[in-house]
Amino acid sequence: MSSTILEIKELKREFVMGSETVRALKGVSFTVQQGEFVTIMGSSGSGKTTLLNMLGCLDRPGNGSYLLDGVDVKGLSRNELARLRNQKIGFVFQAYNLLARTSALENVELPLLYNSKISTAVRREKALQALQAVKLGDRAGHLPSQLSGGQQQRVAIARALVNEPVMILADEATGNLDTRTSYEIMLLLQELNQQGSTIVFVTHEPDIAAFSSRTITLKDGRIIKDERNQQVRSAREMLAALPVKEDY
Amino acid sequence: MKTYNLFRIALKALQRNKLRAFLTMLGIIIGVGSVITMVAIGQGSKQSIRSQLSGMGSNMINIRPSSNVTVGGGARLGASDLQTLRVEDAKAIQSKTHFVTAVSPAVNASGQVINDSQNWPTTIQGVSPGYLTIREWKLKSGVSFTETDVNASAKVCLIGQTIVENLFAAGEDPVGKIIRFNKIPFKVIGVLEEKGENTFGQDQDDIMLAPYTSVQKRILAITHIQSIYASAVNEQSSDTATKEISAILRSNHKLQAGDEDDFSVRTQAELISTISSTSELLTVLLAAIAGISLFVGGIGIMNIMYVSVTERTREIGLRMSIGARGIDILLQFLVEAVLISITGGLIGVLLGVSAAKLVSVFLSWPTLVSESSILLAFLVCAITGVFFGYYPAQKASRLDPIEALRYE
Repeated sequence: MSSTILEIKELKREFVMGSETVRALKGVSFTVQQGEFVTIMGSSGSGKTTLLNMLGCLDRPGNGSYLLDGVDVKGLSRNELARLRNQKIGFVFQAYNLLARTSALENVELPLLYNSKISTAVRREKALQALQAVKLGDRAGHLPSQLSGGQQQRVAIARALVNEPVMILADEATGNLDTRTSYEIMLLLQELNQQGSTIVFVTHEPDIAAFSSRTITLKDGRIIKDERNQQVRSAREMLAALPVKEDY
Repeated sequence: MKTYNLFRIALKALQRNKLRAFLTMLGIIIGVGSVITMVAIGQGSKQSIRSQLSGMGSNMINIRPSSNVTVGGGARLGASDLQTLRVEDAKAIQSKTHFVTAVSPAVNASGQVINDSQNWPTTIQGVSPGYLTIREWKLKSGVSFTETDVNASAKVCLIGQTIVENLFAAGEDPVGKIIRFNKIPFKVIGVLEEKGENTFGQDQDDIMLAPYTSVQKRILAITHIQSIYASAVNEQSSDTATKEISAILRSNHKLQAGDEDDFSVRTQAELISTISSTSELLTVLLAAIAGISLFVGGIGIMNIMYVSVTERTREIGLRMSIGARGIDILLQFLVEAVLISITGGLIGVLLGVSAAKLVSVFLSWPTLVSESSILLAFLVCAITGVFFGYYPAQKASRLDPIEALRYE
């Protein structure tokens, strides 16, 4: 029983830079079903970032339509977009973007703070659950500076999970991490995906794309390839294949 | 977002930069502190001038004959030589007005006062017992003379501190002693409390008070009186009282509608208003200087909030991307600014009040900390926080989340 999470039709976006008009997206259409793990690939300048902003409801489509979980994003105000982001999307960034000098638990709580329907007790409990889901339940009180990069990214993933979004949107989420940690993050994402989370992962590394079930490739503002991944790589196996400890 | 959470977030943000928050606060602390101290000094000096004036009898009304009466060839006479005021005038004022509490006729004579081998030049003032009420003068010891003494032209007197010091040995009780004024013996029945110099530097304690009848008959040998002192019910009614007194005296003196007054009525109101307005100006001036420092403190807040917004652009971007609305961000920064200013204001109030206390203790300047100045300073600094915090907060709330997220 799968329902449509994302429905994008003929999405276009132009930017005016001085006298020049840059057409970042020239008509992109695709749909994402619940439970999919989609990577969006493309070199720089392909319109990848613009598409990501659009998917994340940070930007509104210039032309075409975007339905997120049945809601048409195009006509929404800034505040309505903010609410949509708060309740339907979980962001994971390349640079983690955790609040410094703020404990992991409080970082995870953050999205719930902006939802006034959630009480303090519920917020705390949900944040702890999310931290446990990324296996950092014992690090709730740690500050970002006391965590490794991989752990920080896992806190960020917990933060993305805490509001039970319809989609996790990751932007180069492994870009700042070494291979082993990247695989660990991908393993976590694969596990979350198996538990039913819909994940859209933007990257330019084909290596990472191999972990997903579907890859959409962008070039010059158009989709040039959209194919199911026949052989999804298992992050668990890749991790097992890595040498246990690197020798120096 | 819930208000409680707003304050929690703002507090956390301030805690992250304790020193900076304190330094920003310092501007407000100094501003509020100086407003309160300065206003306290201004108000204190105003209060002390006022109490000095009312020590002189701020409700006091003085009626003197006026020199419009010409005698013979047209030469005008000095006020003390005029004989137009009579005891009956004083009695009429006493019985007919509504805005006057006490009335006293007055006659003066200068001369030498003698006790044993000591002598001293002074003034004897003949008055009625009501004079002490009018001047708000109290007795240090003994009793005042009474209406009976007045009726009997009794040879009794009250003496001021200066006379006590000059005629009596230290520790000697003057009450009951007989002293002589121009050879006429007066029994001292009371000693006046020390009043010090008046605003014009005259020694108010260099005086003998006796029943006016005694001075009239035994010293001056006159039947008229030189002036009348009266006291209005309060400062505000002294104008009305003046008008009433004028009307009574005009009818007593049988003056026609077109005639000029043959007396003049003076009140302290004018003097008081001049002096109060001077000290009011002082207060305003001090408050203005202090207000400027509060303003500078406000600019300090604005400056730091701008820096803080720029510094935390990525944080703002993140908050927006996970669902903070513009208003949430605006409130967050506004609450931060208001917290700085209100905390600063509280510390400033404490500092200002204690500074005012220190000033009055160590410099013995009179200070008066009024609740209204505390309230005002506090309100002003809360408003300062909102006012100077608003623009940076608004700037933060209008950031584009996409750009804010990628801000380096």
